Amino acid sequence: MNLLSFFQRRRGSAPIARDRLQMLLAHERAALGQRDLVAVLREEILAVIAKHVRVDQDKVRVKMDRRNAISTLEVDIEIETGTGQTRLALAG
Amino acid sequence: MAKVLVVTSGKGGVGKTTSTAALGAALAQSGQSVVVIDFDVGLRNLDLVLGAERRVVYDLINVVQGEAKLSQALIRDKRVETLSLLAASQTRDKDALTEEGVGRIIAELREKFDWVICDSPAGIERGAALAMRFADVAVVVTNPEVSSVRDSDRIIGLLDSKTLRAENGERMEKHLLITRFDPAREMRGEMLKTEDVLEILSIPLLGVIPESEEVLRASNVGSPVTLNAPTSAPGRAYMDAAKRLKGEVVAMTVPTERRAGLFSKIFRRAA
Ligand SMILES: Nc1ncnc2c1ncn2[C@@H]1O[C@H](COP(=O)(O)OP(=O)(O)OP(=O)(O)O)[C@@H](O)[C@H]1O
Ligand SMILES: [Mg+2]
Repeated sequence: MNLLSFFQRRRGSAPIARDRLQMLLAHERAALGQRDLVAVLREEILAVIAKHVRVDQDKVRVKMDRRNAISTLEVDIEIETGTGQTRLALAG
Repeated sequence: MAKVLVVTSGKGGVGKTTSTAALGAALAQSGQSVVVIDFDVGLRNLDLVLGAERRVVYDLINVVQGEAKLSQALIRDKRVETLSLLAASQTRDKDALTEEGVGRIIAELREKFDWVICDSPAGIERGAALAMRFADVAVVVTNPEVSSVRDSDRIIGLLDSKTLRAENGERMEKHLLITRFDPAREMRGEMLKTEDVLEILSIPLLGVIPESEEVLRASNVGSPVTLNAPTSAPGRAYMDAAKRLKGEVVAMTVPTERRAGLFSKIFRRAA
């Protein structure tokens, strides 16, 4: 037994498992395509808007349409204002 | 409004069926009306874990194919009257499950129940895809072990891309349920830490279910652990997880058996 494996045995093998998983999954997520780009965009767009107005998590729709030449991102948010509801729709 | 929940994992044998039965029973015990559906065509087990194996006459595929009405196929639990089961077929081919048919049944169940809980088969094929297809909420069951975590990561990717909600640009609520957790082995560094699994998968934690003989005992007698041993460590952990599903804030603890009544706090943060 060399010194390195001696210390690894004392620390347990779980930290190695964690490191291997982190490496592997970073790789696999990239290979499978941005795994949940829409989900990430959704959370971040929501966070920005929520800084200024009240929004209901379930009143937000983020849709990505991937075509050959262009991809579109559609964002549709219902915002509660003092007087009622307003809809904010963005497309690009 | 009804919630459709899928219990899924990718990897087999991690505790999906056990968790479906325990969470379903716990929600029903708290007065909610619940139906649990077994999507594991050809390898049905949810009926057995719930002790209803001798009462199955019609199953999911019979209803999908129009051979039985939904009301004929639903089996009401004898202990908790707000809990019902829709069994999987043991003899038919899983290709008999169509998306249109499953969608129609889930829409009908939404009218009748507060919770529609789909017990997914292992893997990422047709059965698993259909079990998650119509879900609003997902419970990702993971063991603190490398292959289970990797498969969960894959399943999370599918939940965010292949469900109806994801395709419509709506939010797919996802929760992590760590099962078969052994605090002593985590402490010795033999098992992935809960924090590590959480950091890697980055979805909120619904609960940590300890490895326990009570789970085996419960399935031996055909009664969910929340009914059979509600005060046992796994019983309490599942009860707490069910409360969190309902939106209640419950401090995150890992109930242990060794010293009865002592809760080892690992997380202050509620899921
Ligand atoms: N917390 C636990 N403690 C001890 N044993 C457990 C625990 N959770 C599950 N088990 C056992 O692990 C085995 C697999 O559990 P279960 O059938 O729920 O997994 P599954 O994910 O549904 O499997 P499959 O992928 O085959 O459908 C069963 O024998 C069950 O009793
Ligand atoms: Mg199962």
